Amino acid sequence: MSKLLIKNGTAVFPDKTEHCDLLLENGKIKEIGASVECAGAKVIDAAGLHIFPGLIDIHVHLREPGFEYKEDIASGSAAAVAGGFTQICCMPNTDPVCDNAAVVGYIVARAKEVGLCKVHPIGAITKGEKGESLAEMGKMKDAGAVAVSDDGRPVSDARMMRLAMEYASDFGMICLSHCEDKSLVDGGVVNEGYNSTLAGLKGIPRAAEEVMIAREIILAETLGKHVHICHVSTKGGVQLLREAKARGVAVTAETCPHYFALTDDVILGYDANTKVNPPIREAEDVAAIKEGLKDGTLDCIVTDHAPHHRDEKSVEYNLAAFGISGIETSFSLAYTELVKGGVLTLERLAKRMSGAPAKILGLAGGVLAVGAPADLMIADLGEKYTIDSGKFRSKGKNTPFDGREVYGRVKYTIVDGNIKFEA
Amino acid sequence: MLGKDLLGLYDASAVDILQILDTAVGMKKLLTQNLKKLPHLQGRTVTTLFYENSTRTRCSFELAAKYLGAGTVNISSSSSSVQKGETLIDTGYTLDAMKNDVIVIRHPMGGAPHLLARHVKASVVNGGDGMNEHPTQALLDFYTMREKFGSFKGLKVAILGDIKHSRVAKSNLFGLTKLGAEVSIYAPATLMPQGIGRLGAKVARSREEALAGANVVMGLRIQLERQQGGLFPSLSEYSKYYGVSEEHLKFADKDCIVMHPGPVNRGVELTSGVIDAPNSKITEQVLNGVAVRMALLFLLVKNRKGGEANE
Amino acid sequence: MSERILMDSSAIARTLVRLSHEVVEKNKGTEKLCLIGIRRRGEIVANRVCALIEKFYGDKLPCAGIDTGMYRDDLVSGFFVPDATVNRLGFSVAGKNIVLCDDVLHTGRSVRAAIEAIFDLGRPAKVMLLVLCDRGGREMPVSPDFIGKNVPTSRHEFIDVRFAEIEGEDSLGITVKN
Repeated sequence: MSKLLIKNGTAVFPDKTEHCDLLLENGKIKEIGASVECAGAKVIDAAGLHIFPGLIDIHVHLREPGFEYKEDIASGSAAAVAGGFTQICCMPNTDPVCDNAAVVGYIVARAKEVGLCKVHPIGAITKGEKGESLAEMGKMKDAGAVAVSDDGRPVSDARMMRLAMEYASDFGMICLSHCEDKSLVDGGVVNEGYNSTLAGLKGIPRAAEEVMIAREIILAETLGKHVHICHVSTKGGVQLLREAKARGVAVTAETCPHYFALTDDVILGYDANTKVNPPIREAEDVAAIKEGLKDGTLDCIVTDHAPHHRDEKSVEYNLAAFGISGIETSFSLAYTELVKGGVLTLERLAKRMSGAPAKILGLAGGVLAVGAPADLMIADLGEKYTIDSGKFRSKGKNTPFDGREVYGRVKYTIVDGNIKFEA
Repeated sequence: MLGKDLLGLYDASAVDILQILDTAVGMKKLLTQNLKKLPHLQGRTVTTLFYENSTRTRCSFELAAKYLGAGTVNISSSSSSVQKGETLIDTGYTLDAMKNDVIVIRHPMGGAPHLLARHVKASVVNGGDGMNEHPTQALLDFYTMREKFGSFKGLKVAILGDIKHSRVAKSNLFGLTKLGAEVSIYAPATLMPQGIGRLGAKVARSREEALAGANVVMGLRIQLERQQGGLFPSLSEYSKYYGVSEEHLKFADKDCIVMHPGPVNRGVELTSGVIDAPNSKITEQVLNGVAVRMALLFLLVKNRKGGEANE
Repeated sequence: MSERILMDSSAIARTLVRLSHEVVEKNKGTEKLCLIGIRRRGEIVANRVCALIEKFYGDKLPCAGIDTGMYRDDLVSGFFVPDATVNRLGFSVAGKNIVLCDDVLHTGRSVRAAIEAIFDLGRPAKVMLLVLCDRGGREMPVSPDFIGKNVPTSRHEFIDVRFAEIEGEDSLGITVKN
């Protein structure tokens, strides 16, 4: 196996950021030092560049099988490595639903064939994501699933969720909960508040999300199980999580770039690319999300990468599909808003986008250390560029960030010591 | 200056609004003499594209267009077909290809006229979109108010009813605040939208407070499906606590006028005594609606490059 | 800018008398005859002629003014809302011999509009045109049947008609504007 030597770069470790060279060999990080030499190794000159552990996104939608017109494992993987991600976990709301070992196995095999980033399927909690009976979690785990979730179709029945948390834990898996009380959503399409009234669009109250977060916290606390809260978007949600963590509840949580980089002012033009679930909230929520990322209440940043076909967005706002194609803009937005915005240090950013998600799902990697998998991402933090959805590798061009100026461009993505993306 | 389209009053200036009202004065004068054969839109086509049932608005637009000499085409589509059939953008391309000059759209979803306007060369007029805006209804309301009071400065307008789902209330609010009137609103808490105060409305805590000293009392239509949706318990309870009767009108200015966008549920939003009283302008509003829509169509076509047709 | 008076009040009176006789003479009587004046000065001409015919021949002809605002050919290109009133003559035009009256004939456009207005009210047997003054400058194929005075004018000259009913006295003058 070939050797790769990264010279003159600045590496971001959990506790420090410093100039060093890294030697990758046999899929592992073999040596880290002030000056490493290795005859015969391919050399990347990373002068002026920063080296991060490969980014890990535990919440993406690859759409295959069933919705290949939106995205497939090949295009989604290509988009992931272009975004600096070396590992991604894909949600089960495919067709057929990923609620059995066969579909899990298909995704694992297809991802290997594509051979770009590591793809870990997330199995469904209930059969068909119908919320009625538990899916075969054990068999899915054996086939390669890393967690379970009914993302997009939340488990409305509290008893079912309780059973899922208990049963999943037998197989060392956790439930990732998409928190949404559908009765409170009641057909809403944007955040309920001043802007929903102004635009005349039906609002989704924050309570729809917070009621469910509270339920999951109480269940996890009662049962002594770990639950992970998906895409937190509200100030109240952050507060509930902060209090739960202080009490010692085994709860972790994620948020997405659109919840800290946008306010719901963007809906006023009726651009359906701003339609996402949970909806983009208001300034005070954005501030709370940033605070949550800063103090660790929110453990990680995911993308909820939700590619859709152009036709599903070129319609009336109410009729448009929910979701943002976000995997290719996540790092730049996070770096620009959070690091340049003074919320996170580089080390913390690496933790939120790599270390923490790895730890939550027990994935190998997520840190730059000798002996760790040679999954890393090299970025030019000084480079300013304009987001252009036309250049996305993803089939989904649905982003509200088109035309936005950001800093921090991914230059290389390296998976198991092999360069999978080079800008 | 009015642009290509009229999508809402949020984006319209007081000058635009007054220009439409001023033009409507001439139109109403012609109308009241039964002069209904103006040549201004001769050779132009006005299409009404209605994805929601409506008798009066569609009829009003169609007559306005016909009185100005335009050809009219009516397209109706039930809201269910919106979800299956041709997309709105494709419908727009089709209408544009057929050389329509003005498309009046009514749609159950907010923002649909904006989507259409971005994709067609024809002028787009919002004939009501979901819970968003109904600008021509508000314009005819303004016309009716100005006819009675002469000016909007310091005018107190009380709007009572289902504010949350009312595009009429919102367009009125956007326009009236620009024109210098005061708007107070009252609704059951389940029918009061969030953030409405920031839009310039005075949110009253009681019916009496809303009506106090009002020059204009406007009732809004309550849709039966709101009750079915559980937003209030019954029509009789609604009328008892949120409706307006002659008794309640005593709180308003003694010279006040009563308005309603119609169609009225008698005995629910307003009692029959209020509807049929001499100070009720509800029928006059209908005539004013035609005049205002004539003025609007006229100005939109006039403002196109030299009044050019869609070519 | 100076005005030259071409007709004073007695000249106008004499001319209208002559025109009244001409109308009756050409129509071989007053049967089926009626008078329609283009508002507003044409209506005055029509009323005067009507009164004179009654005086000389004892017949009171139907006579009315007509508003051509709605029929102007510049409504589309000029884009304005006309200050028009509805036309109610008080008699039927169908089958009548109509003498359309105006003060000054110039481009012929108001005559065209008036003919359209008349035809919206019914189908007359015949329409004739009577004008107090023909200043030339036609833009329409319109030719008067009864002419009070021919005044060939240039583009810079204007005919000012004054009537006692409006200005307090009758006169017709020409003004040159440079």
